[in-house]
Amino acid sequence: MTGSTAIRVENLSKTFDTAAVLHDLSLDVRAGELLALLGPSGSGKTTLLRIIAGLDFPDRGRIVFGAEDATRLPVQQRAVGFVFQHYALFKHMSVADNIAYGLNARKRSERPAKAEIKRRVGDLLDLIKLSGFADRYPSQLSGGQRQRIALARALAVEPRVLLLDEPFGALDAQVRKDLRRWLREIHDRTGQTTIFVTHDQDEALELSDRVAVLAKGRLEQIGTPDEVQEAPVSATVLKFLGDTIEVEAIAQGGEVRVDGRLTPVVAPPGLVGPVKLYARPWQLQFAEAGEAHLHGTVRSSYRSQGRQRIEVDRIEGKTVVVEASDTARLPAGREVGLRILAGHVFAG
Amino acid sequence: MAEPPLRPRRRFRQPSVIPGFGLTLGYTLTCLSLVVLLPLAALVVRASGLGFSGIWEVATDPRVASALRVSFGVSALAALTASVFGFLVAWVLTRYDFPGRRIVDAVVDLPFALPTAVAGIALASLYAPNGLVGAQLAKLGIEAAYTPVGIYIAMVFIGLPFAVRTVQPLIVEIDREIEEASATLGAGRLHTLTRVVLPPLIPAVLTGFALAFARGVGEYGSIIFIAGNLPYVSEIAPLLIVIKLSEFDYGGACAIATIMLGISFVTLLAINLIQAWSRRRFGYV
Repeated sequence: MTGSTAIRVENLSKTFDTAAVLHDLSLDVRAGELLALLGPSGSGKTTLLRIIAGLDFPDRGRIVFGAEDATRLPVQQRAVGFVFQHYALFKHMSVADNIAYGLNARKRSERPAKAEIKRRVGDLLDLIKLSGFADRYPSQLSGGQRQRIALARALAVEPRVLLLDEPFGALDAQVRKDLRRWLREIHDRTGQTTIFVTHDQDEALELSDRVAVLAKGRLEQIGTPDEVQEAPVSATVLKFLGDTIEVEAIAQGGEVRVDGRLTPVVAPPGLVGPVKLYARPWQLQFAEAGEAHLHGTVRSSYRSQGRQRIEVDRIEGKTVVVEASDTARLPAGREVGLRILAGHVFAG
Repeated sequence: MAEPPLRPRRRFRQPSVIPGFGLTLGYTLTCLSLVVLLPLAALVVRASGLGFSGIWEVATDPRVASALRVSFGVSALAALTASVFGFLVAWVLTRYDFPGRRIVDAVVDLPFALPTAVAGIALASLYAPNGLVGAQLAKLGIEAAYTPVGIYIAMVFIGLPFAVRTVQPLIVEIDREIEEASATLGAGRLHTLTRVVLPPLIPAVLTGFALAFARGVGEYGSIIFIAGNLPYVSEIAPLLIVIKLSEFDYGGACAIATIMLGISFVTLLAINLIQAWSRRRFGYV
């Protein structure tokens, strides 16, 4: 299913007023994949999506759909499905009219017959599990239902690629979780090439086949969720994918030492001298002072979902968060030592 | 001892967190009565002194009938024009940015503020056969001033701000994403405009039409200077009322006024009903 390149983004640059939003960004989207564009706000991910859709145009670079250069192709001719964060449904049209809109907008010669349109709308309503809602109006529906209508409307025109801009951003946590799973199911069933923008790393890691991490208008890394988590190429990617603890360390001959003590972390060849070591909260363990890499006092702790999170004020001044199994609780003020079990090092 | 059953009482007013329903309703009704209903009632009472046949006689008088036709016919035409042009003005003022936009935006309100006599004299001198515009029109064989065309011009002038100001806020609120969504679905600009952008604006356009129409029917000051006031041709009903008053024919004046009141009320009610329907059909349900 996935394999050939559906969309190629080549050396894209875009400047708004004087602020550069995209810098020489290149990216391949494979046919049939679900690709997440992940990045903090201002990383240029929405601009990239809008340029692919044809809603914005790049200053430099090309967008290629299959073998066709689409850089200057107007949005109407790109055959993309776009889903907006705030649904952008046509409020004066019924649900059925909303979904049929793209088909009805076609030239008479290319427009399917009325009965055919009706059948397709019915199929799509079944797909989004809103069969009885054809005659309702958007204002009578909940946010989650509206977003499903928006998706059906985009799918109705059988787009080459489906583009979703923060599709779950306006929904509350529970609905968002349900919709994520549901979108994954729809994707598995239709095999539709899909790109979605999100700033929520959980969403990107749960949903996508591949994740493209963007920062400051550049592509930091693209890979499967496992690849970007196990082998982040930069501190930026690592930090954006979850909570991290940053520790000063010394690298030499592949070994990494913190506070003069050897850690199990391996430095890539060529990285020598003072470096930064990054570890996740669960990659630290409480240890005797003699074996510890870090020292400090417990500031506070709380329990959640079977895990315990403890804030430790390090002697050097910074506060780190440690995640441990939910065992005996540590009182505030207790002096503790921490061992680093794993992590990544990057040049400081 | 059984508790009396808690019977849901039909309530005249809905429970609300904001106090003072009784006070505000009373105040509203008092003001409305003193300022609007009482004078209108006095008018109708005075007119009814003539009896139904008396009013009918006034209404069917050729000169009165012609004046009513001119007043309502030209008002409707002018309101229609003002709605179309007003919509365009509002559209340009909100959708495009150009130097002097704010000044143009302020100029739109001038017909509201200008004394109507001033407007009438200005329009008359402009459209008179020796005026700046009138001279050009005269070459084309069109007489503007001192004909129903002049009445029409004056009514468009005073109705325009109503048409602009009622649709403008709605045009501001149009969501760009709606248009982008339409474009991504393959719709051309014209299709987007007619199917997505314009339908929700229809109720506001109708409101603007109703206001411009009502203003046109009631207008007096600006029209009498440009109309020429020829009986059976360019004489408006309000002028006829003034003429009757100057002849001390109070009953006749009241009769014409009552007829105008009746026609206006029916027309505005009809527009309101169309509006309610279109709001259900095109507006945000």
